[in-house]
Amino acid sequence: MSTIAEYYFGLPLLLRMVLQGTAVILVLFPAAAACSMAERKISAWIQGRPGPNRTVAPFLAWIPGISILRNLGLFQLAADGGKFTFKEDPVPGHVNKFYFILAPIVSMIPALTTVAVVPLGAYISNGQLLPIILADVDVGLLAVFAVSSLGVYSIILAGWASNSKYPFLGSVRASAQLVSYELSMTLSVLPVFLWINAPGEHGTLNLFDVVQKQSGTGFAWDSVWFAAYMPVSAFIFLVALFAETNRQPFDMPESEADLVGGFHTEYGAFKWSLFFVAEYCHMIVGSGVFCLLFLGGWNPLPGLPLALLADWLGIAGVPLLTGLLGIGIFAGKVASFIFFFMWVRWTLPRFRYDQVMNIGWKKLLPLAIANLVFYALAIAVIQK
Amino acid sequence: MAVITVERKPLTFAERTYLPQIAGGLKTTLKHFFAPNDTLEYPEQRPAIPPGYRGVPTLVYDPHGREKCVSCQLCEFVCPPKAIRITPGEIPAADASAHVEKRPQEFEIDMLRCIYCGLCQEVCPEEAIWLQNQYSTTGYTRADFVNNKQKLYELGGTLPDPHLKWDKKLAAEQHGNAH
Ligand code: SF4
Ligand code: SF4
Repeated sequence: MSTIAEYYFGLPLLLRMVLQGTAVILVLFPAAAACSMAERKISAWIQGRPGPNRTVAPFLAWIPGISILRNLGLFQLAADGGKFTFKEDPVPGHVNKFYFILAPIVSMIPALTTVAVVPLGAYISNGQLLPIILADVDVGLLAVFAVSSLGVYSIILAGWASNSKYPFLGSVRASAQLVSYELSMTLSVLPVFLWINAPGEHGTLNLFDVVQKQSGTGFAWDSVWFAAYMPVSAFIFLVALFAETNRQPFDMPESEADLVGGFHTEYGAFKWSLFFVAEYCHMIVGSGVFCLLFLGGWNPLPGLPLALLADWLGIAGVPLLTGLLGIGIFAGKVASFIFFFMWVRWTLPRFRYDQVMNIGWKKLLPLAIANLVFYALAIAVIQK
Repeated sequence: MAVITVERKPLTFAERTYLPQIAGGLKTTLKHFFAPNDTLEYPEQRPAIPPGYRGVPTLVYDPHGREKCVSCQLCEFVCPPKAIRITPGEIPAADASAHVEKRPQEFEIDMLRCIYCGLCQEVCPEEAIWLQNQYSTTGYTRADFVNNKQKLYELGGTLPDPHLKWDKKLAAEQHGNAH
């Protein structure tokens, strides 16, 4: 064990970074694909259907208990993946080929980049809590916002390069919507950072530090998660997150009732699936950021931080186990959050486009500003 | 006509935020999430067929195993889309039911033509043709959809017969048709 660790840490930093980055992508990509199956299953259960449950690899069918996996649609997922990879990938004749092919690639880049600055968990080494993160930079959340908003470019590119009107309308809607909701989103998290950057402390936008401020023990002041202190912030962030990830009820860019397929009307096969993996990656990272900001990150319960739980379980001295525990708790929170995303999708009808704009500019933005002013004053008084 | 003016109340603040409605919707869908499925796993589970269902037309035997059809061809004439094609045949004298005189030599119903109207069952004087519970007809070629006599009897089987009129007729004949 320790020899492997020594060997690993002996490698050049760049190689280590590449290895870590690849590992995260190798987890994130299938996780996003699994989300698509979860989506189908959840929609089925909500609608009183069993969902995809017939597919099984013939050479595995004899294994007892395999039917559980079959009923969960696991093999359907593999079959879909195979289909998307190998089926013919048409490029319509009327598109701008270069940008048409570029768009799905561009969609993957921000989706897989943002995860670099999001802590995926925490571990305890020599009694100190450290983040599990690819790039532990101080700009943290700002980097997430900056990079994830690049995602809209892929939609604009796709819509424009498709050279047909439905994709174009979809991408126009996407750009308007994403710009509108980004404002409220950014304003809604400012109170959190106003609070954690108390006067005289080291200024930071790091998400790890946000969680540290929610890691109090017992009935301490800082043991309550920010969702309770700043419910309005959390709410605005949540609504904006739905809009930013193009999820129902805000899925204007693809709203298939009026735009056929929206920005991806002309896409098929692997390119199409890349858009969807990117969307789910955005969802996963967005849910992760929400959990870190407002739901205590890897702390299992308010007032019960990860370090205390590790102490109770007697694994505080083993960094690997504490790391796994931290990742597990965080992943559990993110997973339940993604369930919430899907649950909302199969509950609510889609807003009309003008309603989306109205909510964004006339309701959410003033609310976010009022919220910011209120918390700025309150924090000024408390922290003086 | 009386006009009833319905008072439209303005939306309350809570209603205008839309949030209680969302919560209500989420509650409903969550209930359905845990509710048992409303669907049938079709090929394994079959729907219950209600009595009087008009499925594929079939030919039936009487309880003594006699073909009930006497190839009168009434059904062939009445069938609106002309789905039935009957070749009548004599019953040889050696047969136990020789007194019935006729039975079909071949009996074909083209299920690509049949409209499941049930007129054949209605018109049959012998209660020999029945639309029963079979509802799924499949095949790879057009010929697969033509049910011949053997297939029709396989599908139809035996149905109870309260009259047994040919047996009574035979008995009466043997008693010199005395009333
Ligand atoms: S099925 Fe009935 S109606 Fe048709 S030929 Fe036979 S006896 Fe006549
Ligand atoms: S059900 Fe109607 S269409 Fe079908 S064979 Fe009988 S009479 Fe003809």
